[in-house]
Amino acid sequence: MARIVVVTSGKGGVGKTTTSAAFAAGLAQAGHRTVVIDFDVGLRNLDLIMGCERRVVYDFVNVINGEANLNQALIRDKRVDGLEILPASQTRDKDALTFEGVEAVLTQLAETHDYIVCDSPAGIERGAHLAMYFADDALVVTNPEVSSVRDSDRVLGLLASKTRRAEQGEPPVSEHLVVTRYAPSRVGKGEMLSVEDIREILSIDLLGVIPESTAVLNASNAGVPVILEDKTDAGQAYADVVARYLGEQREHRFLDEKKGLFGRLFKG
Amino acid sequence: MGFLDYFRSEKKRSASLAKERLQVIVARERGHRGGPDYLPALQQEILGVIRKYIEVDDDAVRIQVEREGDCEVLELNVTLPED
Repeated sequence: MARIVVVTSGKGGVGKTTTSAAFAAGLAQAGHRTVVIDFDVGLRNLDLIMGCERRVVYDFVNVINGEANLNQALIRDKRVDGLEILPASQTRDKDALTFEGVEAVLTQLAETHDYIVCDSPAGIERGAHLAMYFADDALVVTNPEVSSVRDSDRVLGLLASKTRRAEQGEPPVSEHLVVTRYAPSRVGKGEMLSVEDIREILSIDLLGVIPESTAVLNASNAGVPVILEDKTDAGQAYADVVARYLGEQREHRFLDEKKGLFGRLFKG
Repeated sequence: MGFLDYFRSEKKRSASLAKERLQVIVARERGHRGGPDYLPALQQEILGVIRKYIEVDDDAVRIQVEREGDCEVLELNVTLPED
């Protein structure tokens, strides 16, 4: 049986797709057969972040509508074995995703995969609801910024009430916090919420902290999941996230200020 | 305390202000989450009554239960369309 992981946040632009791509690639690198699904119908972007935008022929909605079968729509990643992408549709029809359709696709994918990563759209509308509905685990992506933290709390409320696990009285979706765009130097100056502050407000388990990093934009420019850039801080932070998710104990990194020459000279 | 420290302490307040504000709003919103189950139905019925007289959007009626000490306050907001 596959485990279904939703990557969600409420707020847009916080790094859901970056996290989905990196997390899925990391699971596949660890030897797990993984598929990552773009639930953002209308605004397909995961393909671009994964660098397979020119290989999209059929999409999630085509499969649901029976216009293509899963094998025709799945795109096999060329860099990582055991990693596949199911792209979103660009249709403007918001009701293109149905509960029954999504459930059927997930059931079929579960037969041939270990992990199904669902990249949720922003907001709390239908697409976001469907992305989380069947989840076993949730990665809640949060920026150290007030609106993002508040939206994450809303999403936690939905995970606890509007999911299959909640409705059927099963053990709840297990929630993991991933803080992205973290700038320790600004935290040090008291300009940015600390990871500890965020964890305390949301009161969920911290899976990892991704530092604000030029590597993220560079990787997305090139269509490479940032975790494959294993020399970079963000790439290593995502590798830690995957390892911790898989049960390994790893200390949190990138929480302290990187002091450059100037920092050291003027250290107060 | 030097000139630079003055700016530092000024900035220190922005993150702690963020934390304080978040703690308040998150606590309040969590309160609503556990609010009475009849709220959505109540909201729909009120919307229906209003629609007998004027055409409004689905989200025109907002309803909240606020707790102030021992007191529960039902807050009802109706947005009428501009004409």
